[in-house]
Amino acid sequence: MIIYRSHILVCGGTGCTSSGSSLLMDRFEQQLKLHQLDKEVSLVKTGCFGLCEAGPVVIVYPEGTFYSRVKVEDVDEIVSEHMLKGRIVRHLVYHHETEEKEGQSLNDIEFYKHQDRIALRNCGVIDPEKIDEYIAFDGYKALGNALTKMTPQEVVDVIKASGLRGRGGGGFPTGLKWQLCKDVAGDKKYVICNADEGDPGAFMDRSVLEGDPHAVLEAMTICGYAIGSDEGYIYVRAEYPIAVNRLRIAIHQAREYGLLGKNILGTDFSFDVHIRLGAGAFVCGEEMALMTSIEGNRGEPKPKPPFPATQGLFGLPTNINNVETYANIPQILIHGADWFRSMGTKRSPGTKVFALGGKINNTGLVEVSMGTPLRQVIYDIGGGIPGDKQFKAVQTGGPSGGCIPESLIDVPIEYDSLVEIGSMMGSGGMIVMDEDNCMVDIARFFLDFTVDESCGKCTPCRVGTKRMLEILDRIVSGKGEEGDLERLEALAESIKDTALCGLGQTAPNPVLSTIKYFREEYEAHIREKRCPAHHCRELLHLEITDKCRGCTACFRVCPVGAITGTAREKHSIDVSKCIKCNSCIEKCHFDAIIKV
Amino acid sequence: MKSLQELEQIRQETLQRINLRREDKGNEVRVVVGMATCGIAAGARNVMMAFMTEASKRKLNHVTISQTGCVGTCRFEPMADVFVPGQEKVTYVNLNEKKAARIVSEHIVNGNPVREFTITNQGVDAEKGDAQ
Repeated sequence: MIIYRSHILVCGGTGCTSSGSSLLMDRFEQQLKLHQLDKEVSLVKTGCFGLCEAGPVVIVYPEGTFYSRVKVEDVDEIVSEHMLKGRIVRHLVYHHETEEKEGQSLNDIEFYKHQDRIALRNCGVIDPEKIDEYIAFDGYKALGNALTKMTPQEVVDVIKASGLRGRGGGGFPTGLKWQLCKDVAGDKKYVICNADEGDPGAFMDRSVLEGDPHAVLEAMTICGYAIGSDEGYIYVRAEYPIAVNRLRIAIHQAREYGLLGKNILGTDFSFDVHIRLGAGAFVCGEEMALMTSIEGNRGEPKPKPPFPATQGLFGLPTNINNVETYANIPQILIHGADWFRSMGTKRSPGTKVFALGGKINNTGLVEVSMGTPLRQVIYDIGGGIPGDKQFKAVQTGGPSGGCIPESLIDVPIEYDSLVEIGSMMGSGGMIVMDEDNCMVDIARFFLDFTVDESCGKCTPCRVGTKRMLEILDRIVSGKGEEGDLERLEALAESIKDTALCGLGQTAPNPVLSTIKYFREEYEAHIREKRCPAHHCRELLHLEITDKCRGCTACFRVCPVGAITGTAREKHSIDVSKCIKCNSCIEKCHFDAIIKV
Repeated sequence: MKSLQELEQIRQETLQRINLRREDKGNEVRVVVGMATCGIAAGARNVMMAFMTEASKRKLNHVTISQTGCVGTCRFEPMADVFVPGQEKVTYVNLNEKKAARIVSEHIVNGNPVREFTITNQGVDAEKGDAQ
């Protein structure tokens, strides 16, 4: 066995891969060989480190040096300076303007300091394509203990005692779910992992699958043992090629080691897992639709009851959990329910992973204890809003969630507290909005998404959301009428009450929450035909103020000839011709052109 | 794989390889080899490889071997500092592969610094040699 003196970890998550991390791998390999360092320095491709904003990310151990935005050209310098001579390449080390001191290792960085990592503990630490590395970090230990030292009921009891709730968004107690399925009599049961992550801007599950696929496999096997099942399915979107590939490798390795398949670890218990690729329909994240899709049918939900625990996949008892829920299971079994309860709040123990996006400095993946205030996630971890803009709202829960205004930003993040303020935890998407975002348009965007993704099976969702979208379209184009808000609210309430599945029942949430907290913005659109955020094009007018010196710069850049005027005299814009492309604003040296 | 023991064995073996990446490295012993131009010219690379081979052979997963630049006493290269937690750092000079192997077995494993290779002894001898 060889011990390397140094490890170079290159992020192989989707974010960093798309900014070129595989080219970095090749260059590192070549440079290490060139300097004859390949016998002493090990090169590892890992899962997502979380700080996607700073990607591609490279971490060098034992120092824990955090290099960010590494380009192929920088690799030569890192190898010849850091690897060969032991000198850290300072100018490539991650350093954020909001931080006073230079962050050299992971724990010096604000972004990581406030996080507690359970589901993401191995992401960016191990090579996800090597089962041995997972095993080294206590992998498959929980499974071993469960199979040899615990009865299925004891396993369920631990999960129940931990208070773990479904991380897919609903927050249903996981232990109870397992118990329900366990208590159903039957020779054949199924375990499903829901990896059909569909919320726009959310990538928590993808990162877990990419960074730590064995954790999910181990947890599914444990679940199989607990409920009495010998077969599992992972339903993952085909748009996640890296995740799918690493899952395949992981399943293959686990089978070779006898950790999946017949007589696992020499016991009587057998379990195997299959992958099913989803074609990217949002509704297939709904559990009934997902199972219909696995069965080979068109992905459409069914009325509940019967619930999956009694009649799920192929009409047989089924337990279905989300990726992140599973990722917590092995850790709970190793450290115990009390350890898990020591994090988070009484009603929502543990941690939650969020995909932080939108108008935020540190776009990326964060895992925080439940009960952490939104403010801490946005300002301390997320690094605040770029460009000194004013924070306006944060959207949680994707198309099913709602917008939370600044006045509620100190609310602790928990399932129940978010529902109380009209949003929801959701799977963990968190989109930050600043003063330039129009809340009416945000609501319209999410509704547009659900109209597109509605499967069409039930009328409230198929027709109702479409009617709501038409009203919103009218409002943002300046054709809103008195009574539109009331119509929207009435439609929303009846869709919530009558839609068949979660997709329809939650689709009106973005509209309802924005009406609740930003009613004046809707009213400005309807009554004054004005967009306070200057976002909606059809309600926007450009005006030249007295600051104009008549330099003709705007005149020359305007693509439609809407600006007229002579040199050294104030120009004017012909509103009927203007297409609001904003080119003139960018060109003006005197800030003389404003949006009204 | 048939048993928990086999799983544990894989765990232990792999842990040695990747222990470097853990936050809590426990009572970590650090060996820092001078790898500036002067050190490399004097053969520091072979010395470092010797440290690594010896640590691998003995499965010393609490030892990290890293490198540093020139400390200014180029005539004593190859040099290495050994940091054992709770003890003073020991600086070894004029190293070669054999000496490195002895340092691992006597100092790191058995806890007895190899006095004859340290800067205080070797350095004084070298000074005398220079004077003559």
